[in-house]
Amino acid sequence: MDKNDFLELANTDVKKCMKCGKCSARCPSFDEMDIKPHQFVSYLAEGKIDKLLVSKSIWTCLSCLACVERCPRGVAPQSVIEAIRDTVTRKAGANGLSAEDIPPILDDDVPQQLLVAAYRKYNK
Amino acid sequence: MQRIGVFICWCGSNIAATVDVEKVSEVIKQEKGVVFATNYQYMCSENGQQIIKNAIKEYNLTGIVIGSCSPRMHEATFRKAAQAAGLNPYMVEVANIREHCSWIHKDRAEATEKAIILVRTAIAKVLLNTPLAEGESPVTKRALVIGGGIAGIQTALDIAEAGFEVDIVEKNATIGGRMAQIDKTFPTLDCSACILTPKMVDCAQNEKIDILSYSEIESVQGFVGNFTVTIRKKARYVDENKCTGCKVCMQYCPSKKGLNEFNMNMNTRTAIYIPFAQAIPNVAVIDPEQCIKLKTGKCGVCKLKCSAGAINYDMKDEFIERKYGAIVVATGFKPIDLDNFNEYAYKDSKDVITSLELERLMNAAGPTNGVLLRPSDNAHPKDITFIQCVGSRDVSGCGKPYCSKICCMYTAKHAMLIREKYPDTRVHVFYIDVRTPGKNYDEFYRRAVEQYDVDYIKGMVGKVFPMANGKLLVQGSNLLDNEQIFIESDLVVLATAIEPEPSVRKIATLLATSIDTNNFLTEAHPKLRPVESPTAGIYLAGVCQGPRDIPETVSMASACAAKVIGLLVKDKLKTNPCIALTNENMCNGCSQCANVCAYGAISYIEKEFRLGGGKTEVRRVSYVNPAVCQGCGACTVTCPSGAIDLKGFSSKQIMSEVETICKK
Amino acid sequence: MQICYYPGCTLKSKAVDLDIQARKIAEKFGIEMVDIDKWQCCGAEYPTAPNETATKLSAVRALNYAKSHGGKLLTLCSACHNVLKRVNEDMRTNEKTIMKANIYLELNPEYRGETEVIHYLEMLKNIVGFDKIKSMVVKPLNRKVAAYYGCLLLRPSNVMKFDNPENPTILEDLIVALGGTPVKYSHKNECCGAYVSIKSPDLAKKKSQSITDDAKAFGADELITACPLCYYNLKKNCGENLKISYFTALMMEALGIDG
Repeated sequence: MDKNDFLELANTDVKKCMKCGKCSARCPSFDEMDIKPHQFVSYLAEGKIDKLLVSKSIWTCLSCLACVERCPRGVAPQSVIEAIRDTVTRKAGANGLSAEDIPPILDDDVPQQLLVAAYRKYNK
Repeated sequence: MQRIGVFICWCGSNIAATVDVEKVSEVIKQEKGVVFATNYQYMCSENGQQIIKNAIKEYNLTGIVIGSCSPRMHEATFRKAAQAAGLNPYMVEVANIREHCSWIHKDRAEATEKAIILVRTAIAKVLLNTPLAEGESPVTKRALVIGGGIAGIQTALDIAEAGFEVDIVEKNATIGGRMAQIDKTFPTLDCSACILTPKMVDCAQNEKIDILSYSEIESVQGFVGNFTVTIRKKARYVDENKCTGCKVCMQYCPSKKGLNEFNMNMNTRTAIYIPFAQAIPNVAVIDPEQCIKLKTGKCGVCKLKCSAGAINYDMKDEFIERKYGAIVVATGFKPIDLDNFNEYAYKDSKDVITSLELERLMNAAGPTNGVLLRPSDNAHPKDITFIQCVGSRDVSGCGKPYCSKICCMYTAKHAMLIREKYPDTRVHVFYIDVRTPGKNYDEFYRRAVEQYDVDYIKGMVGKVFPMANGKLLVQGSNLLDNEQIFIESDLVVLATAIEPEPSVRKIATLLATSIDTNNFLTEAHPKLRPVESPTAGIYLAGVCQGPRDIPETVSMASACAAKVIGLLVKDKLKTNPCIALTNENMCNGCSQCANVCAYGAISYIEKEFRLGGGKTEVRRVSYVNPAVCQGCGACTVTCPSGAIDLKGFSSKQIMSEVETICKK
Repeated sequence: MQICYYPGCTLKSKAVDLDIQARKIAEKFGIEMVDIDKWQCCGAEYPTAPNETATKLSAVRALNYAKSHGGKLLTLCSACHNVLKRVNEDMRTNEKTIMKANIYLELNPEYRGETEVIHYLEMLKNIVGFDKIKSMVVKPLNRKVAAYYGCLLLRPSNVMKFDNPENPTILEDLIVALGGTPVKYSHKNECCGAYVSIKSPDLAKKKSQSITDDAKAFGADELITACPLCYYNLKKNCGENLKISYFTALMMEALGIDG
């Protein structure tokens, strides 16, 4: 996959970014990210896909859409993160969550919604 | 038999790079009626014009076609050249092979073919042209300035200086505008009121200037040199000629809870009020929404206390009609509403304020007498955070797509003034870019960083959290350090985007002048005619045309004045001869042309016509006033019997053009 | 009246209280929530990649069913609401998705986003009316309640069009109607940690705590939510700190409906 494939998958115009950093300013997961939301946008624009594909941030993005909501330029950083995560998880054996991970964290109250969402996000 | 000359311009490489100009002139030479065709690098240059003049004489040309840029650009130039060589200027046609051809095509063969067609079309038209003579119209030697801020004030003073009469129409009760609200001005930090109010007084004292405050434009008719404008003088319920500005009424008015607009609604005023101490005219006004007497009929205290007898509760709006030669629009700006920016908690916290509100909080005549106090509890703020670009450069639909231009400088100013006056405060500024082009501007901003220790942080704020302890937690990006930072602040100042004063939309409609999607009025040419509107006789000063600071606004205002004076010194204006003309024999008096005429140029007259056998009949036929007709052509396409035609653009000529384009 | 209802997986199991309460409250106002036929899990997360089609099909199936059964689809779970509403927007505007989904599901006539997706709170506000609710309160709440919205109901606002994305008020308006005092605090649209509580429970804990800490600091006695995942994260991480409830529980109490 080349840069254009990722641009298509992310489905957002990264060139609109004016590098204000408002996405990273609002990210509730900022501290847990090695590559920050604004960098996902600029790295994609610069074609630095390899760096993104090894980022741990794809597992800590909460998909809360705060970055998308507040971007003054109409860019969707979360869609870039999701494009990278999709690319990683679509490879065989690259799932971010395995079936064995689940039982230890299960408690009586875990809602189905949580399991489904996590599987959707971390696995393909 | 017509003898046509054709002149193809290269426009440097603008046309020649895409259109084979040599081929165009060669092919065109073969056209019927063409006796001469050539091409040249710059037809508009002195040499180019000489080529045209020489050819007219040498070949006895009866009409010429120039294949060049848009006629908007150089039609006048070529007409003048033709006239100098003895050819009627209306025997000149311009084929636009630049904007309509070379600039929009890439393929050379295609563009060349299209250029040939466009030139042929112009030839088809010029073959049917007839020599026309310009008429004349008188000029009313008086100017109207709409808006009494610094732009309007400067324009009026400069026009008056040249000896012409000028009226300022201001919708508020006083002139002064936004500049009157500002505390200090960049980059010199001189006091805004100290440099503005003398100019306001000059306006009031200048016998050439008539200030119509608390007034609005109601209707506009006419055209350049001959505008007729109706002005609504809103009822202020105080006789301007009697009121002495003593303010006794304000001491006794029992209705004290009106929001003080001059102080950005941060404190209150009485129902009868003078906006601020240096107001011009220094005359009270009654807010009818707030006045107990006007609302309920009970009260009347101000009338009782007014020793000048100036109060009149029965006052009605008054309409004044005046004639002007030129109109200047100087309607100014307002900060945008922050409804779409709730993440900055402007609505939720009193301690989140706009920069214009800060101006009032810093101003000695403001609600805190110039002491910087936090609005929620009147405590001295110790940590102050500025957020730049709030609503500017925003294409998400929440704000404005443009840079508001003035915010970087006023934020640096605010930061320095606060650090100067209160050295124990910490001042943080979140910025995306610091944009400071202008004389001594970047030096000014650097002083804030280097001398005043203002903490400039590259990054945007994501959210302002009002906290239970009364402070504001500002969460933002520090992009240079790749960190997310939190600053506990006492006061947050939003450098809010500016937009044109909304009433400008209505004014643009009244003046039939163009306005863009952001409500900025459009200039005739962004570089060469920046203070003229595309509508003749209408000029633009200040932020109504685009974001401007005070020095630029004053420059624009003086430029407008120069343009207005240039117009008003003329006794007569040449009128466009390309106007409508009625063929009275064909007119059936149906009135449709008069109904569509946007300029009120068409009326109906009773006229006696001879019939056969010595008989006559009186018929009603349309008459076009040549001084008022603008040559738009609406009437010609409306007339059901084809009785009305446009000189220079006759239906026959246009059909001939269409046929030529369609011909293979 | 009857209204097509998409319950979703969680409301049929772990959040069955929310489902039952909502039905009882609706009944009180003369509305019967009718489960749509053979609903399937919506997927809980809207996939942003344009080439994701299969993951949107169950939502399209539900939307298409509602189209011919009253034209409205009622949701309660925030995740279902978010997925259904956003997929519906795709089915209105994205020709590729419209074509693929219709071919996969062999829909005839085509589905083109005709169904209106409404959240239970929107139903209360726009169909029942808060004034009507207020008039039927038998036991006013008389306490300070923090309304918590989370992310999924509000964002992206250009599609969800639920409420002001930075300062929503629909839950506060409901609290007022029920005789309670809404607490003004800053974290009502901050993220609770969502699905990362599977992989990074500490992060989810941190996020949840920042919400309840802020609500408590502003004097909240209780915090309400409409989302089962928010409810889980907040209750698990901060349940001892502050009482966490579904908004329906408050309604049951104030309207005097027996659980």
